[in-house]
Amino acid sequence: MNTRKSLYQFGYRRCADQDRSSPARHPVVVVGAGPVGLCTAIDLAQRGVPVVLLDDADRIGEGSRGICYAKRTLEILDRLGVAEPCLAKGVTWKLGKVFQRDDLLYAFDLLPEDGHKMPAFINLQQYYLEHALVERAAALPNLEIRWRNKVVGLNRRNDGVTLTVETPDGSYAVEADWTVAADGARSGIRGMLGLAFQGEAFEDRFLIADVKMKGDFPPERWFWFDPPFHEGRSALLHKQPDDVWRIDLQLGPDADAKAEQAPERVLPRLRQMLGHDDFALEWVSVYTFQCRRLERFVHGRVVFAGDAAHQVSPFGARGANSGIQDADNLAWKLARIARGEASESLIDSYDLERSTAADENIGHSTRSTDFIAPRSSQELRFRDAALALARHTPFAKRMVNSGRLSLPSTYETPLSTPDREAWSGSAHLGAPLPDAPMRDRSGQPVWLLEALKGEETVLHVPNGQEPPAGLNVLVIGEDLVDESGLFAQRFDAAPGSTYLVRPDQHLAARWRYADPEAIQSASRRLRGLAGVTA
Amino acid sequence: MSALITDSRFPDPDRAYRALIDAHRGLSDERSAALNSRLVLILANHIGDQAVLQEALTLAKQSMAQQEPGAD
Repeated sequence: MNTRKSLYQFGYRRCADQDRSSPARHPVVVVGAGPVGLCTAIDLAQRGVPVVLLDDADRIGEGSRGICYAKRTLEILDRLGVAEPCLAKGVTWKLGKVFQRDDLLYAFDLLPEDGHKMPAFINLQQYYLEHALVERAAALPNLEIRWRNKVVGLNRRNDGVTLTVETPDGSYAVEADWTVAADGARSGIRGMLGLAFQGEAFEDRFLIADVKMKGDFPPERWFWFDPPFHEGRSALLHKQPDDVWRIDLQLGPDADAKAEQAPERVLPRLRQMLGHDDFALEWVSVYTFQCRRLERFVHGRVVFAGDAAHQVSPFGARGANSGIQDADNLAWKLARIARGEASESLIDSYDLERSTAADENIGHSTRSTDFIAPRSSQELRFRDAALALARHTPFAKRMVNSGRLSLPSTYETPLSTPDREAWSGSAHLGAPLPDAPMRDRSGQPVWLLEALKGEETVLHVPNGQEPPAGLNVLVIGEDLVDESGLFAQRFDAAPGSTYLVRPDQHLAARWRYADPEAIQSASRRLRGLAGVTA
Repeated sequence: MSALITDSRFPDPDRAYRALIDAHRGLSDERSAALNSRLVLILANHIGDQAVLQEALTLAKQSMAQQEPGAD
């Protein structure tokens, strides 16, 4: 059952490509206007690459939806110009609590330190995020969204792809140098290429319900093992905007999906959990899940991203977050290739970095699922033993796993130049830069990540020598003033320290002293030109 | 002073837990119990300290007592 009405409706419009005698050719066609496709298209367009975005629907606001957006994702959305409306609407949170029966086992804080622009998490209905992204896309002149344009055929060539697109006016062909398949878990393009999608399927069924009510629960993630209102199973509660609460109840492997969604079954369960019946049911669904991925994300000129490339269980909020991080990784690489600034092999680093990230996410969400939904009586005994011991011992507390929440991946990648010196601090080679509050030349406050924008950047702490030339250089103390000292602390910075930052804000290289040749060589690596002399 | 260490020692406890789950996957309940018994003996010998073993037994029993029906 899906009772959610569509909230935003878009019109089909005939486009010029449909009236051509031979197919139009575009640098990039993105398929799928969900969060991942929209982010990829916006990022490419911001980088000056014209994009066509195709979607088979003409509305958003239906279907099962992600609600938790993590700090790193918000930083990416900020670069894409949509974090502000999301933060304004979303519920900001950082605390999680884990209960067994009625007792609090432990609480965790996902962002215990200050000095970051973005919070640990916001909860936001996916349709609000998609709406903000569509509005942003509409403001970009080189991004064209075509609603009710369904890709029904795909022909691969060495230098591109020809897509057959079906519309209410009939079908037309369009050529693309590159195609990004962001068409979701049931990806049509994956099917057209006949690619296997392998991994582990889980038998447990879960009930997901969005409930509208005035609740006095705090904006925290609450998870119960064996709660008194749902004996022997697990439950999860999240606050969303508009007085909507997300409730997730484990039903077990034998539950009848259809019967469980019937109001006469759902309402008593929720009444028992909430302790009253002063609520309205907004949406309910029963789901199972898989943890699986494509073996390779890049197939010639077709690149898969988001759920089309990999799927995880919902525990840990790693679906939408990892998909948007795919977009962040892919867009700058495709843009450089499209502009002829990088070797085409740069795309291989997308496959390497993001398939490793997918493995990490699949690993975490699989281990969480093992703990939350034991499959045998022995697994259940291990789980209950860990829960029981968690009341007495720190070690068992750390084993209790109600979902390990999404963190960005640290890439071990040929694009990084290995450290020659030892570094402390919270900046790590291959990881996204930690944010820090700075001031610009005019004394105005600016966040470090804002100042980087999406450009390859050198951060340099002066030491009396010439700062590196020829690249986009920000000098600490001049262009960016580290008044709080948090930059120095987080980057282990001293006079001479120099950092090369990728367009996706991951750290590519760092040195105690700026050596122009080393910086140039590290920058070449970022274009997939390692070993090639300038 | 306690000799039994109850602080978390694995850098990644989730992986350690998963290794236990994996070892039991596909086993009958009886085979699982047999595997666990062997595992306990192996680990007890590895500890090799009667006082630590005794403390571990006490802790395990204590946490079971609180899980008895009605003791919730």
